[in-house]
Amino acid sequence: MRVIHFEEVVTAVSDLCQQANFQLPTDLKAALRRARRAERSPIGQEVLDNLVENACLAEQRVAALCQDTGMVVVFADLGQDVHMQGGLLTDAINEGVRLAYQAHPFRHSVVADPLQRVNTGTNAPAIIHVRLCAGDKLKLLVAPKGFGSENTSRLFMLKPADGWPGVKAAVLQAVRDAGPNPCPPIIVGVGLGGTMEKAALLAKESLFRSIGSQHADQAYAALEQELLQAINQTGIGPAGLGGQQTALAVHIAAYPTHIAGLPVAVNLQCHACRHAERVL
Amino acid sequence: MRKIVTPLTRQVRETLRSGERCLLTGQLYTARDAAHERLVQALQAGEQLPIELMDAVIYYVGPCRARDGEIIGAAGPTTSGRMDQFTPLLLQLGLGATIGKGRRSREVVEAMRHYKAVYFAATGGAGALLAQRIRSVDLVLYPDLGPEAVYKLHVEDFPVIVAIDSEGNDIYEFGPREWLDKQE
Repeated sequence: MRVIHFEEVVTAVSDLCQQANFQLPTDLKAALRRARRAERSPIGQEVLDNLVENACLAEQRVAALCQDTGMVVVFADLGQDVHMQGGLLTDAINEGVRLAYQAHPFRHSVVADPLQRVNTGTNAPAIIHVRLCAGDKLKLLVAPKGFGSENTSRLFMLKPADGWPGVKAAVLQAVRDAGPNPCPPIIVGVGLGGTMEKAALLAKESLFRSIGSQHADQAYAALEQELLQAINQTGIGPAGLGGQQTALAVHIAAYPTHIAGLPVAVNLQCHACRHAERVL
Repeated sequence: MRKIVTPLTRQVRETLRSGERCLLTGQLYTARDAAHERLVQALQAGEQLPIELMDAVIYYVGPCRARDGEIIGAAGPTTSGRMDQFTPLLLQLGLGATIGKGRRSREVVEAMRHYKAVYFAATGGAGALLAQRIRSVDLVLYPDLGPEAVYKLHVEDFPVIVAIDSEGNDIYEFGPREWLDKQE
């Protein structure tokens, strides 16, 4: 049994919120530069130049790279040999978010009720997914999610007979309908199978896989490439102004599902795929 | 790149063409969903507002707070489509242009053609870069809305592209289409 104290979690989450908002992950910066080299549309090149420059500027000046500093999504993988001391894990995570968003000039983008819409003034609460796992560690992945791209995400409950062609058509439809709104180039997270909420969760988590990494399953790796190619032939391009680099990556995550269903969740993510993680 | 200034007169607006890159200097009002709802309610109730809408430019943005010694944080465009239901009335009252990102509804484009307004796009996601072109920030209305309050910004050489011009030409439609045509 290992003890992790409330305050350790607060500090870690606060640090991770900070890091994620100031600094794009290395794989993402590399992906943006690759996209810039590959783009042939002049206006697309200009948009990508802006985004690369923007990320560098934010990092140098320790400033937020986008004004939508997001609603914070946290995946907490809790080893079952860990004992939390001093309070609830979820309270500690929310406290960490509050601390970071009050100490730094990030935007407070969370309202307490979806209809009353009064700002909580702290950017808390976070969306917290706690999962039990083996071991005596706590892994925290913190991802401030902007809503320009979140708003364009979709769920399709397909029929088993729709198969891969149906999945491909659904993802392409989501990307076309989204067009310029999610700030392309985007990362496309696809959750396949499970139930309605499981598919959405798979799609969300797949966004944080390293950009350019290959799917562990060869068949899915090929399907990801097939989809990425199709998306980059829509012509949407950077900022939706016309070009080739509509998506930087497609990540698929699959899970067993019911004999009657083929759930497909498509979570779109703008180029500012901010996330940071730490193991306690 | 073409330099333009506010107030953005109808005469100038009519010469702007979709796809044209511009550097905008002058005053912008910021407003997002919550501020639009209040503005439109107030205008419909016949209230006087401390805003001059004639030939004005509204920037759809909810900036980050400023760090010590600075005037504003990241300030890139938000998705314009969320403001579509409020825009025709503002155009009718003289609003000359809007700045944001993403598609507009058919109703907005029709109203833009009727009132000879333009819609500019700024680069979505380049909030840190765009903030550097903002020279002053003044709170105008609704301080309780925090980042969603109405601010008056003075900008200098603020980079935008004409997304939809006063004739209704829409780069989000012809940009991708022309790019695909060129590939064949």
